[in-house]
Amino acid sequence: MSAAAVALVCLATALFSVYGLRPGKATSDFYVASRAVSPTRNAYAIGGEYLSAASYLGIAGLILAFGADMLWYGVGYTAGYLVLLAFVAAPLRRSGAYTVPDFAEARLQSRKVRRIAAVLVVLIGWLYLLPQLQGAGLTLRTVTGAPLWAGPLVVTAVVIITVASGGMRSVTLVQAFQYWLKLTALAVPVLFLLLAWRADGAPWPDAAAPPSFRAATTVTVHQAINVEVRDPVRVTIDGTLDTARLHDDPVLLTAGEHRIGDETRVRFPAGAHVPHPVGEPPPHGSDWTRPLSGTDHPVYATYALLIATLLGTMGLPHVIVRFYTNPDGGAARRTTWTVLWLLAAFYLLPPVYGALGRLYTPELLMTGRTDATVLLLPDRLLGGPGGTLLGMLLTAGAFAAFLSTASGLTMSVAGVLGQELERYRAARTGRRTSDEARGEVRRLRMAGVAAACVPCLLSLVVVERPVADVVGLAFAVAASSFCPLLLLGIWWRGLTPHGAAAGLLAGGGATLCTVAVTMIGPPKDGWAQVLLTRPAAWSVPLAFAVMIGVSLLTRRHVPPGTAQSLLRLHTPESVQLPRR
Amino acid sequence: MLGFSTATTALLAGLLLVLLPAAALVALRGARHRQYGTAQERAAYETLHTASLAAPPLRAGLGTDSARRSVKHLRALLGTPALALTDAAGEVLVWDGREADQHAAGVPELARQALHSGRTVAARIDACERLDCQLRHAVVVPLAVAGRMEGALAVYAAQSSAGTVRAADEVAGWVSTQLELAELDRSRAAAAEAELRALRAQISPHFIYNSLSTVASFVRTDPARARELIVEFAEFTRYSFRRHGDFTSLAEELRCIDRYLLLERARFGGRLEVSLRVAPEVLSVVVPFLCLQPLVENAVRHGLEKRTGPGHLTIVAEDGGSEAFITVEDDGAGMDPSDLALMLAGDLPVEAAGIGLRNVDERLRQTYGDAYGLVIDTAPGAGTKVHVRVPKFHPHAVQNAPGGP
Repeated sequence: MSAAAVALVCLATALFSVYGLRPGKATSDFYVASRAVSPTRNAYAIGGEYLSAASYLGIAGLILAFGADMLWYGVGYTAGYLVLLAFVAAPLRRSGAYTVPDFAEARLQSRKVRRIAAVLVVLIGWLYLLPQLQGAGLTLRTVTGAPLWAGPLVVTAVVIITVASGGMRSVTLVQAFQYWLKLTALAVPVLFLLLAWRADGAPWPDAAAPPSFRAATTVTVHQAINVEVRDPVRVTIDGTLDTARLHDDPVLLTAGEHRIGDETRVRFPAGAHVPHPVGEPPPHGSDWTRPLSGTDHPVYATYALLIATLLGTMGLPHVIVRFYTNPDGGAARRTTWTVLWLLAAFYLLPPVYGALGRLYTPELLMTGRTDATVLLLPDRLLGGPGGTLLGMLLTAGAFAAFLSTASGLTMSVAGVLGQELERYRAARTGRRTSDEARGEVRRLRMAGVAAACVPCLLSLVVVERPVADVVGLAFAVAASSFCPLLLLGIWWRGLTPHGAAAGLLAGGGATLCTVAVTMIGPPKDGWAQVLLTRPAAWSVPLAFAVMIGVSLLTRRHVPPGTAQSLLRLHTPESVQLPRR
Repeated sequence: MLGFSTATTALLAGLLLVLLPAAALVALRGARHRQYGTAQERAAYETLHTASLAAPPLRAGLGTDSARRSVKHLRALLGTPALALTDAAGEVLVWDGREADQHAAGVPELARQALHSGRTVAARIDACERLDCQLRHAVVVPLAVAGRMEGALAVYAAQSSAGTVRAADEVAGWVSTQLELAELDRSRAAAAEAELRALRAQISPHFIYNSLSTVASFVRTDPARARELIVEFAEFTRYSFRRHGDFTSLAEELRCIDRYLLLERARFGGRLEVSLRVAPEVLSVVVPFLCLQPLVENAVRHGLEKRTGPGHLTIVAEDGGSEAFITVEDDGAGMDPSDLALMLAGDLPVEAAGIGLRNVDERLRQTYGDAYGLVIDTAPGAGTKVHVRVPKFHPHAVQNAPGGP
């Protein structure tokens, strides 16, 4: 049943992109044809493209695992648009640049900085795509039992169809629709879930104890894990426990460490404490509900998260592109203002799922797949055909999230890749005939296919981490490379190409290194772990310092047109500049 | 998973912090100063490198700024204690080296001598009161570009020798060459600009003639309509005769096409059907001024004028990531592709309507590069479809984009 929902969403997206949505078909009315997208509808589109797997599944998963501190994710993801609104939106729209590399070239007149920025856009795009694809794998397995690699392949295939067919036709309309689909898919089930929770006596996590099963629960372990059991408990196991093979045999799970093998089903009785992966005990109820408790160095981690999300939003490749649908800087500001409210409304919902998940799907703490909680709740709380229907709705919403974000990102990455390839080729070949120019379009689309395939391959080999965590890292990279470039580029005359290049390399390079370490295998605890998984609090100041410092050292290289380009960026459209 | 101990990771992170900016700086500097070859070869490389450093500022022409940025390298090239560059009037543009106070004042007089005679002037300087003055001799060489004096190079040394004069002569010759190249650059840019201006689309005389006769036919029968058409015609010409800016937004361009088609429709009555499909995302894309109207005009003339039945015209603008795709299609007579290719290459004398196509093709290539020429699907009797591809961002376009909505 849920597979049908997934197939429907995929098919609809593919059809929309190939044939386009043609409301009223072609018109002969120029007034209708040349009417720009209204700021409100553009805001829906931005919301649709921005709300990714991290928002839809990830936040609820993290709240289930770590509690109140994780509420900052929703705040940060939303408030990033506030910074964008205040400092970047309108000037960036006026700059005429479509991507950060375009901005770098227009503002600093340097091809070198442009190329560094282009590489960073591609890397950030891939890093952001990775969790989307992994989230798709997890979703597909949760709802249909398909193997983990199936989800990434499905999403990549749909994205490739989208990009290779020439991009999303009527993309603004499709993305605007996706926002409402995602909002509805989360908001409708939440009402039923809350009613069911009330009917269940409105329970609340036990303040003094770790999470426990409310009802007898069968947990399926797909990948072997080492778990720690607190109190001895009598369970039924079908599969491998430690070294023994069991076939639906009752066993006493003694306190201490156990290894549960691949594809093992464990049935826990009601009231049993949930075993947890070795060395990662979940916080008790009281720590879970209170902020700044239950994790290592919570104050640092919170500020790092806020800096990354506040300053990273402006650097995300798919966010900036959308602003050009606005006719002018003023409309860009109005759009951002609406986006703020749309996101604020959306982010009220995931925490509810996270909290309910703590009560009703605690076994995810044992398997570590907390991102699945949103998908499992309707069936667990409601059951029956109603639960199945709501589950289908949630699954459809999740796939809408994967597809809209993934295709938007892939288009942006492909655009930047294609542009660089094009320039490279243009420098080497002379006059071209019509046929060769036609081939150019095909080659650009191939660049799009390549842009989609790399993260797909990566998603199959890289260790899976919580979706929102990896997206947080992508924000951190963007915050420590593009944020200084954009803010200083827009607001400071003294920025030089050398300073920008050094800042991008230092900030972006340092965070990318921490990403690599985090992906390969981070240290389990202590300051090193916090500094590496939440780099923004030190890497953003580093990037700013390097960019400002090197710019001051190379003061003689301030590009000659600086005053004029800043004038362009900051003059409202209603003011007619005298022409030279 | 690999087990990293806390200490190791902290160390790693620290190393990264130090190494990355260092690596960045090294990468920026480049490995220019590698040591190889014999001492003589190295000296030659060094000289060539110094010369290459002085060249870029000079390629912008001789001015205070370029003189200031190149003089240091020129002095290194000559190895003299002081060096000055003057403008064509003999006024000092820049003095590099010691004792500027005592000597800079004397430069204009010597420079004027050299500039008037057009020959190298060597002089002994006794004006200086310091006993240990290192600048007893001056060699002033005029810098001639295409027979015109652009400035002078004044070289100061403790001793005057044939070698000093020779070196000064050579360096002045080299500087003159660079200045000549600068002038060449300037005239090349001016030529390109003139070409672009010449290419600047103009509305065709046929259209003006046809429009006015159409209006004339309405003056008696339907004066209100005639007035309306005249107003539209005035608006259309105002847009197409505007003087400023080579770029406009796609929305503006569509508005212009709308006015044009209104006039053509008045002429053709119900025979001209137009459908439009425009993605709102590309409306704000910056396009070359009047790059679509000639295509539409071509479609109207080719598609409609030579036949009796109704003709259909389709204009589509789509979003393609970093580019916008625009097509103009008619279902008219079409043309022979080989003739078209010859016409676009400029090898075939073109009929009036073809000028528009060729002009747009040339301007697109001039602005965005050869990859962005027109792509045309056509065959006799099969109609014509013209594809235009415009990058959404182009540094040149941004500088000249229209300022207001």
